[in-house]
Amino acid sequence: MLEAVVFYTLATFILGLGILVITARTPVHSVLFLVLNFLLVAVLYVTLGAQYVAVIQVLVYAGGVVVLYLFVVMLVSLKRAPEEHGDNRRLGVLGALLGGAVLAELIAIIFASRRNTNTVVNATSDMPARLSDPMLNTEQLGWLLYTEYLIPFELASMLLLVAMIGAIVLAKKNI
Amino acid sequence: MLETFLIPLLKIAVLINALLVSVTFLVLMERKVMAWAQNRLGPMRVGPHGMLQAIVDPIKLILKEDITPAKADKWVFTLAPIMSLAPALAVFSVVPFGFDPLYYIADINVGLLFIISVTSIGVYGIILGGWASNSKYPLLASLRASAQLISYEIAVTMTLVSVILTSGTLSMIGIVEAQQEAGIWFGFIQPVAFVLMFIGGLAETNRVPFDLPEAETELTGGFHTEYSGMRFALFFLAEYANIIVISAITAIMFLGGWLRPFPSIEALAFLDVIPPWIWLVSKIFVFLYVFIWIRATLPRYRYDQLMNLGWKVLIPIAIANLVVTGIVKVLV
Repeated sequence: MLEAVVFYTLATFILGLGILVITARTPVHSVLFLVLNFLLVAVLYVTLGAQYVAVIQVLVYAGGVVVLYLFVVMLVSLKRAPEEHGDNRRLGVLGALLGGAVLAELIAIIFASRRNTNTVVNATSDMPARLSDPMLNTEQLGWLLYTEYLIPFELASMLLLVAMIGAIVLAKKNI
Repeated sequence: MLETFLIPLLKIAVLINALLVSVTFLVLMERKVMAWAQNRLGPMRVGPHGMLQAIVDPIKLILKEDITPAKADKWVFTLAPIMSLAPALAVFSVVPFGFDPLYYIADINVGLLFIISVTSIGVYGIILGGWASNSKYPLLASLRASAQLISYEIAVTMTLVSVILTSGTLSMIGIVEAQQEAGIWFGFIQPVAFVLMFIGGLAETNRVPFDLPEAETELTGGFHTEYSGMRFALFFLAEYANIIVISAITAIMFLGGWLRPFPSIEALAFLDVIPPWIWLVSKIFVFLYVFIWIRATLPRYRYDQLMNLGWKVLIPIAIANLVVTGIVKVLV
């Protein structure tokens, strides 16, 4: 009962803030609503028992990515009025089509995942017994990342390295 | 029902009160200690030896006129000091003062990561404070300050990761327990990380020698130029609360928190008559004194020297420390 109340309150706020992100008047207000959105999503992760993911959400998303968004948004001052950006009706139709496509994809994923619920259990069957406590979030995640999902982990870090080098190459005047 | 809500609320009330009072007295302590370092006396008029200055200063700030610059974004202007102070206070919900549950509000299993992530929210107060003032100098100063903060955050996080490797757990109580089991403070096992954390802590809190963003001779007072009265008081409180936060975290990570010195030597067990929280408070006190001492002694870094130090010196040393810690942990 309490979980339902908490979830629906959080969900209302998250969705409301999402709408405010799109309809805010200045880009800086938009970014601030986004920060609040991310913080509430972190609370949602805590209610799901994924404390590590919640803290990483705050650290990486709200404390890292959005700070950089804010830098760019602050320094690029948009002087053009929004109405000059194009035909509103056409944009509305395009938005509805894209939104519908994402919704269809989400529904497809939900139905597909209902059929394969075994894969997660199989992945954790090799973990040592000392890691079976659900409070040991970080340790379990570390175990999985270095045994079962090592290659995706290394590929992700290669991706970050490439992004860093790309940013340096793009921004530096003379290497 | 009553216990799950009432007792934590009481603890939070006590903690926030204690923290805010300590911050006002920390301001006074800084003025007095810097004065003694400069061979003068500091505030002496209000109360015995100027002790009541700590109470009078906030009253003065409350009574000041509240000015908002023209064309400043009102909501963001109001929000910036709040976004600076709230994380500084929120971090204390996971900082324990003893093993007994009476001495902490919450012991979460990702306590250290919580601290790192909440302090990185504090950057928003600085960025927004400079931007919302709608004036050139605060904007430039806030950009400098936030760039400095996010650069040194990386070095601090890496040193904290080496502490996590040594202790094997992320929870704050777990780290002190690990130090108790090891019988030695982590400051002796990880001296490089200790020094790095202290330097990073100085930079994170915008203290000398890294206080270019708020030096008065540069950029006319930094990101809080346009703030006056209670808003400035909030920024001020946030900065000093951050200093206490960093001191507390360094004390818990590297000086054994509330353990007595040399917890494994039985001959010193007579020192256990001192309650554990007094040990932690004294260690925090020592760090605060050293922070102020450094401010009275060292000149400040130029901005490019500062960024150079953060990226080209501290981060490589932190990575090397991490690698060595990992190797030692596997081999030993």
